[in-house]
Amino acid sequence: MTEPTLLSGRGLGLSFGGITALADVDVDLWPGEMLAIVGESGSGKTTLLNVLSGRLTPDTGVVWYRDPNGQLHDVHAMPAPALRTLHRSDWGFVHQDPRQNLRMTVSAGGNVGERLMAQGARHYGDIRAAALDWLAQVEIDADRIDDLPRTFSGGMLQRLQIARTLVTHPRLVFMDEPTGGLDVSVQARLLDLIRSLVTRLQIAVVLVTHDIAVARLLAHRIAVMQRGRIVETGLTDQVLDDPRHPYTQLLVSSVLNA
Amino acid sequence: MTVMLRTRALSKSFTLHLRGGLLMPVLADIDLEVHAGECVVLSGPSGAGKSTLIRSLYGNYRAEGGSILVRHDATMVDIAAADPRTILAVRHKTLGYVSQFLRVVPRVSALDVVAEVLLTRNIDLDTARDKARSLLLQLNIPSRLHPIPPATFSGGEQQRVNLARGFIAGHPILLLDEPTASLDAENRAVVIRMVQQAKASGTAIVAICHDADVRDAIADRLFTMSPYQDAA
Amino acid sequence: MKGYNFAYLDDQTKRMIRRGLLKAVAIPGHQVPFGSREMPLPYGWGTGGIQVTASILGAGDVLKVIDQGADDTTNAVSIRRFFARTAGVATTTATAEATVIQTRHRIPEKQLREDQIIVYQVPQPEPLSRLEPSRIETKRMHGLADYGLMHVKLYEDISRFGQVSISYDYPVMVNERYLMSPSPIPAFDNPKMDMMPALQLFGAGREKRIYAIPPWTRVKSLDFDDHPFRTINAPHPCGLCGATDSYLDEVVTDNHGGRLFVCSDTDHCSERRAAGHVGTDGFQEAAE
Repeated sequence: MTEPTLLSGRGLGLSFGGITALADVDVDLWPGEMLAIVGESGSGKTTLLNVLSGRLTPDTGVVWYRDPNGQLHDVHAMPAPALRTLHRSDWGFVHQDPRQNLRMTVSAGGNVGERLMAQGARHYGDIRAAALDWLAQVEIDADRIDDLPRTFSGGMLQRLQIARTLVTHPRLVFMDEPTGGLDVSVQARLLDLIRSLVTRLQIAVVLVTHDIAVARLLAHRIAVMQRGRIVETGLTDQVLDDPRHPYTQLLVSSVLNA
Repeated sequence: MTVMLRTRALSKSFTLHLRGGLLMPVLADIDLEVHAGECVVLSGPSGAGKSTLIRSLYGNYRAEGGSILVRHDATMVDIAAADPRTILAVRHKTLGYVSQFLRVVPRVSALDVVAEVLLTRNIDLDTARDKARSLLLQLNIPSRLHPIPPATFSGGEQQRVNLARGFIAGHPILLLDEPTASLDAENRAVVIRMVQQAKASGTAIVAICHDADVRDAIADRLFTMSPYQDAA
Repeated sequence: MKGYNFAYLDDQTKRMIRRGLLKAVAIPGHQVPFGSREMPLPYGWGTGGIQVTASILGAGDVLKVIDQGADDTTNAVSIRRFFARTAGVATTTATAEATVIQTRHRIPEKQLREDQIIVYQVPQPEPLSRLEPSRIETKRMHGLADYGLMHVKLYEDISRFGQVSISYDYPVMVNERYLMSPSPIPAFDNPKMDMMPALQLFGAGREKRIYAIPPWTRVKSLDFDDHPFRTINAPHPCGLCGATDSYLDEVVTDNHGGRLFVCSDTDHCSERRAAGHVGTDGFQEAAE
């Protein structure tokens, strides 16, 4: 397939002191595709996510991002204002802890509307309508629009974070354990929500998770990380049903009915 | 007759690293050819590798040797060598697969589990749901079950939802793994009718089917497999 | 005054402040750091404004100082006397006669001219300070003109109260680039800043920042297209001069709930009365 990638990492390496966090990592992501990065804690998956999103600069290697005009950008060589604009428009970041992203002293509607206002939206009625629309899409009742996030449950907070992130229709969203720390039933609802929104809006996603069942449900492709390296990558069902690397086999066999 | 699927010298083994790197060969030298409008049923005893073969054809298992050529659009794509995105494209347009078990998606209704296959093909929701509804009814899934997520369905009901999912898009090649295993006689007859219709419209089908009546009704020929032997 | 430099500050300091002022004028609305000096009065009493005034004052200038619009309040009187003694400049209470006007909390009602300079005393120069506590982050936001957060505040006000609830220190965009605090003037005065013929200088002593608006610069109060910025006029005229278009102060007149609404700009009010305008309470005052 010759379709150009949306995001490509080549030869990424990073160490913290003497500890190798990333080594020789190559990653490709195509438009509208969901890539899961799995591995146990400390395998380097969150580090990789931060490097791909420009939040961390690698010691070696480069990350290329292709903008909507087809222009390639070296993510770590971009001027800070450009990268920041990117993070507020074309990109999104969903944290495991929604409090990291949300403004807890600002109403749900204000939280959803902020990215629009940062992009120059100056019509209160339109902003509010967009906020209501997005709250509905993430299944938060319209009458909660003026409530502060601290009155929300964990699952609602996570859904609010997703609404706040997707309101600008990003092409690429980074997700760090978006369902971590939630009850199983809440998790299922959130997964289904992410799955349908991402499919409908054709958003490319890099998803970091230690939960293989989450990867199975959401991701087209999967990359398995161990000690800073990608040890196996391929179609999600291939890698999970026919794992080849000893570490992947261990990972898959450790899970019930993944 | 158009060749839709052809394997050459296909082989597959599993290396079990958790058992000290134990090597388990399953398939060797498989040469299979399936034409448009034809149904080939894999036969052979348990352990002969029928499921492994069908999963390899789908790209779910990664073949180790040989090739799996699939007619995709106007070209032959080698599933054994294709990159993941090509395999996804082939699955999307060309290669349908009905596994033995429905992989349940939480919270999605039976109707939408079936309809969503069409949504990714630029078909609008109403049309997709109409088609899904009639297919489910054809498979004797009553309307009252359509809005319910299939997680709570019986095994037979889940399998029929799975079949509706497999048949709705009209893939030119269909892989069926025990499509009637947990169905009663009435529903088996429905499935036989659907397979025959698909064949009549030119679909190439590879199936695993232990039920002799069903097999006799759908198979144009059998592809006999035997358990892997070192001598072979 | 013997033993002191002209206008109290030494020349090196004045030069440093003037350099800051030049930079501030060149980048309208941008906060320029400066080495604020210890002044013979505490922070919060106008140390920033005084240092700016001291740096621009010449022997021929005529100085007016107002506090809340009034020329006769303690702060205004002290600062006026301070410069009369340390610089020997002429002082006035008449807006039209002044060449330099130092102010706290008001802009005179009378339209200022190109040959005048207005110096604002500023307690908190950072308009984003209440929304974003980190100085590093607010600097970044200014650098990138990333002001969505300020609009979030306006959004919250409208969704909660049906309107923007900021009545003073209402944030403005200067020259379509920098978000700026107009100092704690009432929102009523904001429109006066837009395309003002006079040079506007701002000094924050404790926060050590200077900023400026050159003459004839666009100053826009933040708003939404469908909730445009509006000033609110008092529902009654000035009790003394009958003015209906000025900013009014409420004055409690007795212990029985008696009250009087009068122009906060004392010069404006007395000028109008001298010209024969009389408010509903004007006679009573004269009769008493």
